[in-house]
Amino acid sequence: MPVIDLANPTRFLHVVNRVLPWLIAATLFLFVIGFYRVMGAPDDYQQGATVKIMFLHVPAAWLGMFGWGLMSVAALGTLVWRHPLADVAGKAAAPIGAAFTLICLVTGSLWGRPTWGTYWVWDARLTSMLVLFLLYLGVLALYWTAEDPGRGARAAAVLSLVGAVNLPIIKFSVDWWNTLHQPASVFRMGGSSIDPALLTPLLIMVVAFTLLFLTLHLAVMRNEILRRRVRSMRLQQAQKLAEASA
Amino acid sequence: MSLGPHADFIVAAYALTIFVIAALIAWVVLDYSTQRRILGDLEERGVTRRSQRKGQ
Repeated sequence: MPVIDLANPTRFLHVVNRVLPWLIAATLFLFVIGFYRVMGAPDDYQQGATVKIMFLHVPAAWLGMFGWGLMSVAALGTLVWRHPLADVAGKAAAPIGAAFTLICLVTGSLWGRPTWGTYWVWDARLTSMLVLFLLYLGVLALYWTAEDPGRGARAAAVLSLVGAVNLPIIKFSVDWWNTLHQPASVFRMGGSSIDPALLTPLLIMVVAFTLLFLTLHLAVMRNEILRRRVRSMRLQQAQKLAEASA
Repeated sequence: MSLGPHADFIVAAYALTIFVIAALIAWVVLDYSTQRRILGDLEERGVTRRSQRKGQ
């Protein structure tokens, strides 16, 4: 099947129904391996066992940013090509991205208390991540409260593109400003500074969480396509009733 | 596996993550069955989509 065929919602649904069981199985498989490796991972020489929070915090942070990146690409599809699936993809990514950003903020706070001695500081990394969460809430409010779904989608797409400015700020905040948060340690010039005994389970968890994100994203897209069908059928039914009574 | 003196923080982080993801999965599954049920009801009442009528 040519890739362009996926642009048709009916064909897209057909592909999603076939792909989802495999994605779910792969996600579960990776989580089983990931948690097994996490349980066997050694404690950090400074942080002790609290380093285990890293296996949740880092994937959640990555997916919070990935979700917004996905929404920004989808926003281009909505605003430039006005493709309905692009809007569906953007709308589906918002609640999942918001959930992972929330996990990132709370697990970071729970990691910060024993490590830094505080749950929260208003430094650049933490604040820019909080801004990302608030942006997610803004986009969700636009999608869920707009009376006309088309107008809501365009407004959300504009906010998604404007909010994308925050992504490099989050990434480089630890380099541009003095922060309590540690500098980049996984993906950085010169290779990771994390010991392989901790890095391997971390990377497995990152891939497992990413597959979970993609699985949920496809499932939410499928729900959204069905919701739009329901709306369209109800509108037609109302139109028929109006014509019959006229 | 010992979680040391800060076990509460570690357990709380894992519990919260599991709770948020479980809530997300529950929402997706419930929403899917709701949309399928509504679509089924509409089709039973003879309401079809425009694209379906074209194909008939």
